Amino acid sequence: MNLKKSICFTTAFILLVLVMALAISKGAVKLSIGEILNVLRNSGNDTNKTIILDLRLPRVIASAIVGMGLSVVGAFFQGLLRNPIADPYVIGISSGAALGATIAIILGFGLFGINLAAFVASLITVFIVYAISKAGTKISMTTMILAGTAVSAFISAIISLIMLLNHEEFNRIIFWTMGGFNLISWKSLAFAIPIIVIGALVMYSFSRDINAILTGEEVAEHLGVNTERVKKIIFIAGSLVTAASVSVGGIIGFVGLIVPHICRIIIGADNRILVPFSAIVGAAFLTFADTIARTILIPTEIPIGIITASFGGPFFIYLLINDKRKSEGMW
Amino acid sequence: MSILKVENLHFSYGKKEILKGLSFSVDESTIVGIIGANGSGKTTLLKNISGYLKPASGNVFIEDRNIRDFSIKEKARYISYVPQDMEYGFNFTCFDIVMMGRMPFLKRFQWESKKDRDIVKKSMEMTNTWQFKDYKLSELSGGERQRVYIARALAQEPKILLMDEPISHLDIKYQIEILSFVKDLSTKGILVIAVLHDINLASQFCHEILIMKNGKLMDLGSPNKVITPESIKSAFSIDVELLENPNNNIPYVFAKIG
Repeated sequence: MNLKKSICFTTAFILLVLVMALAISKGAVKLSIGEILNVLRNSGNDTNKTIILDLRLPRVIASAIVGMGLSVVGAFFQGLLRNPIADPYVIGISSGAALGATIAIILGFGLFGINLAAFVASLITVFIVYAISKAGTKISMTTMILAGTAVSAFISAIISLIMLLNHEEFNRIIFWTMGGFNLISWKSLAFAIPIIVIGALVMYSFSRDINAILTGEEVAEHLGVNTERVKKIIFIAGSLVTAASVSVGGIIGFVGLIVPHICRIIIGADNRILVPFSAIVGAAFLTFADTIARTILIPTEIPIGIITASFGGPFFIYLLINDKRKSEGMW
Repeated sequence: MSILKVENLHFSYGKKEILKGLSFSVDESTIVGIIGANGSGKTTLLKNISGYLKPASGNVFIEDRNIRDFSIKEKARYISYVPQDMEYGFNFTCFDIVMMGRMPFLKRFQWESKKDRDIVKKSMEMTNTWQFKDYKLSELSGGERQRVYIARALAQEPKILLMDEPISHLDIKYQIEILSFVKDLSTKGILVIAVLHDINLASQFCHEILIMKNGKLMDLGSPNKVITPESIKSAFSIDVELLENPNNNIPYVFAKIG
């Protein structure tokens, strides 16, 4: 790794730590860094302890982990599908999760029940998309994107119908699908974190294979990559990570799409470096977005998706305009 | 010992039979040119030899070992492949691209060593692409890209190098340069099999010519033996006349027009 990349990594890491500290200190009650450190050292007063350990810390960890997970999956799906507008939701995970959550809300499930329903339903959806895309022993990537789009559209129609028939739950469903960490608990985190972290590490171990697949599936096979196996593993791991992320944070758009792109512009296309860099930047970005979402209109929280899109969109456009390679593809 | 033996090879895409029972064997240190009309199955044959496509029946043996018994990674240590069309719209440097040729030799969590970097440098110098090492593929011309991909194939240190129309994007200078250089490789113990469109360049540079017709092997042998007006008429349905290159007595074909 050269100097420039080391500087990028160090900067991103420092940024992440700063953003996390900022996120813990900001809110309806402002806490100084000293007070935060006191609580983390297990002293300090009980009110601050409750605020930090039960409210803010789980939230900061959730947004960082979900930001990381979505960015890693985005980077891999863009590489695997060789499609610059691929994101973690491209194969129908988000619509499946929304349907699961909608049904759970209608049936009056508790919070953890809703998370679990979203998780299971998104995996079922991915499985359907996968089964459609399978031709013999091979999976067609183009078919996968098309099938994902079609299945998503179909499921969205079902969700709309369910919402229409259950008007009283309309707001809850809408808020769930817009994403956010306002209802986060240690319990749902304990379920999601291992899946996201292990899934991301499994995917990361295939970075070099994805590098080769980027230059063409057939070419990769001739370089000794078992492309069909790699595709399956990345899809299974990526679906689990995304499903777990969505189950705790709802459908947070844009992170999994733009963070990998921004990082690719900054640090290059080699997934062995791009993926960990995207993980750090994604964690910092989503933690920052969540902090804005809950502090900008105190006491009202706004859905985090509004923040990710309104900050991420213009910044991404700025990079696109400034990037000299823009006419030659973003890979 | 024949490094490559093909035995009664059949292959179909769906219901369409492409290869209809080919058998032949070739030795190492040879350059074989495959010629034949469009759709005669040249590329399909290459991909069956590389193990990328699985034959419906028949076998391919590499050093007397059935290719079905090789893992994908093992195959890549024996055979490298330069495809006909290559993508280039990504943000890798040429050095990164060529380094991918070392993948078959690396374990999952192993980073490239100095030895790998040396091999990459050597491969790039051999193909005259070292000066592009920090360039993106998209910044190069078609011919330069072709040479980078050949460098990647060489970085695999293959025993068999398969090339699908390796010179079709090149101007005459690089056509000659690449073919001379590939011929050099073959003298160093590598078997090179190249699909070529130019019958005359194929004759000039290849030790053996393999003529395909309708998914079958029509003839295999030295250019002097297999390139005749009759064989070309049969394979391509055109009338040609033959001259001889005065330097090496290799046949030179030109079409009779009008």
